[in-house]
Amino acid sequence: MQSRSRLALFLAGLVLGASLVPATATAEERTLVRLTQTQYQRAIHELFGASIEVGENVAGVGVRDRGLLAVGTRRQTLSAAELESYEALAQRIAAQVMDPSRRATLIPCSPQSDTAPDADCAGQFISRAGLFLFRRPLTEAETSLYVGVAEAATNTLDDFYSGLSAALAGMLVAPEFLFRVENSEPDPAEPETLRLDAWSRASRLSFFLWDSPPDGQLLAAAESGELLTPEGLNRQVERLLASPRLEDGLRAFFSDMLHFDAFRTLSIDTNIFPRFTKNVEDDAREQTLRTIADHLLNQNGDYRDLFVTRDTFLTPALAAIYGVPLARSQELGGAVPWMPYQFPEGDSRVGLLSHVSFLSLHSHPGRSSPTLRGAAVREIFLCQTVPPPPPDVDFSLVEDTENPNMRTVRERLTEHRTNPVCAGCHSLTDPIGLSLEVFDAASVYRTTENGAPIDTSGELGGSAYEGVVDMAAILRDEPQAASCVINRAFSYGTARGPTRAERTWLGDVQEELSTQGLKWRDLMRTIIQGPDFFTVIAG
Amino acid sequence: MSATKIGRRTVLRGFLQGGTAVALGLPVLECFLNTNGTAYAATRTALPACFGSWFWGLGLTPNLWVPETAGAGYELPEHIKVLEPVKDKINLYSGVQVFLDGKVNQNHYSGAQGQMTGMVSRNGSDYSTSLDTVIGDHLGRGTRFRSLEVTCDGDGSNTWSARGSSGMNPSEVSPLALYKRIFGDGFRDPNSAEFEPDPAVMVRHSVLSAVSEQRKALMSSVSTTDRERLDEYFSSVRDLEQKLAFELERPPELPSCTVPGEQPEDIGTMVAQVEQTQKQFAQLLAHALSCGQTRIFNLTLGDAFSRLRNPGDVNVYHSLTHEERVDPELGYQVQCKWLAEKSMGFFKDFVQTLDAIKEGEGSLLDRTVVFAFTDHGEARMHSMKRYPVFTAGSGGGRMKTGLHVAAEGDAATRVGFTVQQALGVTNGSWGTESNRVTRPYSEVLV
Repeated sequence: MQSRSRLALFLAGLVLGASLVPATATAEERTLVRLTQTQYQRAIHELFGASIEVGENVAGVGVRDRGLLAVGTRRQTLSAAELESYEALAQRIAAQVMDPSRRATLIPCSPQSDTAPDADCAGQFISRAGLFLFRRPLTEAETSLYVGVAEAATNTLDDFYSGLSAALAGMLVAPEFLFRVENSEPDPAEPETLRLDAWSRASRLSFFLWDSPPDGQLLAAAESGELLTPEGLNRQVERLLASPRLEDGLRAFFSDMLHFDAFRTLSIDTNIFPRFTKNVEDDAREQTLRTIADHLLNQNGDYRDLFVTRDTFLTPALAAIYGVPLARSQELGGAVPWMPYQFPEGDSRVGLLSHVSFLSLHSHPGRSSPTLRGAAVREIFLCQTVPPPPPDVDFSLVEDTENPNMRTVRERLTEHRTNPVCAGCHSLTDPIGLSLEVFDAASVYRTTENGAPIDTSGELGGSAYEGVVDMAAILRDEPQAASCVINRAFSYGTARGPTRAERTWLGDVQEELSTQGLKWRDLMRTIIQGPDFFTVIAG
Repeated sequence: MSATKIGRRTVLRGFLQGGTAVALGLPVLECFLNTNGTAYAATRTALPACFGSWFWGLGLTPNLWVPETAGAGYELPEHIKVLEPVKDKINLYSGVQVFLDGKVNQNHYSGAQGQMTGMVSRNGSDYSTSLDTVIGDHLGRGTRFRSLEVTCDGDGSNTWSARGSSGMNPSEVSPLALYKRIFGDGFRDPNSAEFEPDPAVMVRHSVLSAVSEQRKALMSSVSTTDRERLDEYFSSVRDLEQKLAFELERPPELPSCTVPGEQPEDIGTMVAQVEQTQKQFAQLLAHALSCGQTRIFNLTLGDAFSRLRNPGDVNVYHSLTHEERVDPELGYQVQCKWLAEKSMGFFKDFVQTLDAIKEGEGSLLDRTVVFAFTDHGEARMHSMKRYPVFTAGSGGGRMKTGLHVAAEGDAATRVGFTVQQALGVTNGSWGTESNRVTRPYSEVLV
């Protein structure tokens, strides 16, 4: 529905575009944030419809900064190979848009001749596509530049649509599309500081909440200046928060925070773990995102309860890993049948840490790793840094499963924690990871390793516990778990780390939300309405 | 504005006046490749030098790979005996190290970074301009691709190549995709009798020129760091413009250029998969070089935290380096040694593939320098000392080969610096802090 209304607006003519003021007129400083592949795809689909095939390209996975790829996008440029790939993609997309089957709906006018330039018609298409692609109106110079491209190409190729295709391809490789160009202006309330201008404000909001470029209504609010007033901003924020598209934004955030990009190199060995099929791998990511989205958006649950929730969604492939009976729903047309499932009281499956997407993602292909899992809990959920191991350390004992005194990994890792060089870090990572040893690398539940019972007891933040269920409960109430997600969300939205003053403010936010419940929409609202969400930080 | 439009259209029209004959791809004239190569002895000297990096993870088994004697005529130890067939075409450097200067050792990162960029950063996400870019900028373009990056284990983020500090050049993971990129649309066979510029390519070229025109407007009022990033973006635009310009011109004849066949691929981290993928990439890169498509390449065998293993193995190579027991009788890790030897075998395959392309009296390898490097001296200990480093090829007679350079604690950057000097880069030094070097290994320079 949303994308249809957007398309309708796109097709509705120059009504909106005509009165827009060039964005660069008041720009004081610009910063660049690189568009992600998903955001690129969404921009194309919303503008031209979901039937446009976007496909993969060679773009790198990005750099993780402060725990987030989103923050890394502020440091990245486009390499030659990436641009080559984007240019080829632009050609394919432009050709699809100009295809005779789509012209009638996507091109708002017909040229006077199919074989000659028509600056008028080209201009109509370019200024409206440009508005959505550059997320602000094109300047006059830009419009005439791309009209010129269309005209020259039409003359060369003797075809109006091929010419227009060239202009569209040009916009699709332009830095104004491939980067979110954030323009700023002096804040009238505090002329010393810079704030994002209205268009850039619209983008920041939309990418934060929907992982998508701004829609027509948001652009209209930018154009009218509504977005620069507290009431206008509120109206738009509430509209975005109430939309089902909020789930896109939530999924993008958690995919980043939970390092789901690592799925690309996940390779649990099916020779050793026959139940870990390709289906499990595909479904694992979706299970977690679905669980989070349902909990935070549909149930309006507290983020912290994700550590202890017994509610999730399963497919038959996942049910086999979890060893639970799943009522078979009718499988229609091969669609994966997702079923809500609640693990019974007393079961060790509680919360996100018991999901395949956590347990297997932080394992070796052939065996589990308490150290990797423990480090992941610290770094991902508590925003702590676990330093890399020092040089000149002999790890061989950990692997020596032949030693009759060291059958479980706990016995083997004890070596690490008693060796003072290793103890500093392993005492941080291992106790958490060892409790999760009841799940093997494929995430299948077990009670013994090499014939010896697995001891799941440990200690976290000064509290001793007996097993994963207790550990999850401690984690749920760990203040750092709340502050971590709050800080990550802020950094994700602004694509930068908080300043010292902002960290203090985020501490207050944590206190407040921890008392009233750490609800997703409240968190988004608080961050956006905070003092500095739209402030431009120098450097 | 209107002047720009007219100018571009005139240019496009000009391109089109090249002719209207239908282009026909002719089969490669095998007869050009005469067996004694005398027909090309004269032109061969004109063929430009090439450079490539070849990265393998986790080093070699300590104490087993350093030859007993230095200089020429050394004996290859059993651990790297697999290199025997190419021994005369390579140099081996021992006793070099990467200095951390008090920074945290980013395991499996800092060492490779130091050798490829000359500097070691404080954290594992900073990076800077790499050796291939420095050399590529010096050698100049004249080819369709600025450089080609590939990796053999399926993870495109494995790369040590970068221009500037705003992100690394991602690697191609699929030999099929690379094949299409090089020999698919846009490939102009240098030995084809027919040539006809493609109007669609002219248009794409002019579109990029239009995008470049936006540079000045965008550059104004951009913060310093972002200006650097925008510069890098526009340098990518220029690279692509040059690629398309290259496709619009009749390429110079290159008799040794042949187009390889397409092959089915099987990408993964199993030893056999990596072996086959590496061979396929070696073939494609060799043909790309001999066909004048690029002069620079970067191949990584895979992740520095190598995920190499055989089916059913519980551990990947990286875990083995830390966890496999050192055999008390043999004094080394048996499985790790085997995997290191496999890696050397892959390097031999690579060198032989370049050498198999004959150009006049020499081979493609002879006008190339391959810089082969790894992340740790002893991976088991994350050691930054005693790195094994190789070069292969003589860069068109600029480097001697068949030598063992036995250094004693030098910065490993000396090898990269030597290669730069050989290929004509005239910087007086390379690297930062303790990794800064000012003297090449003059014994290998001609």
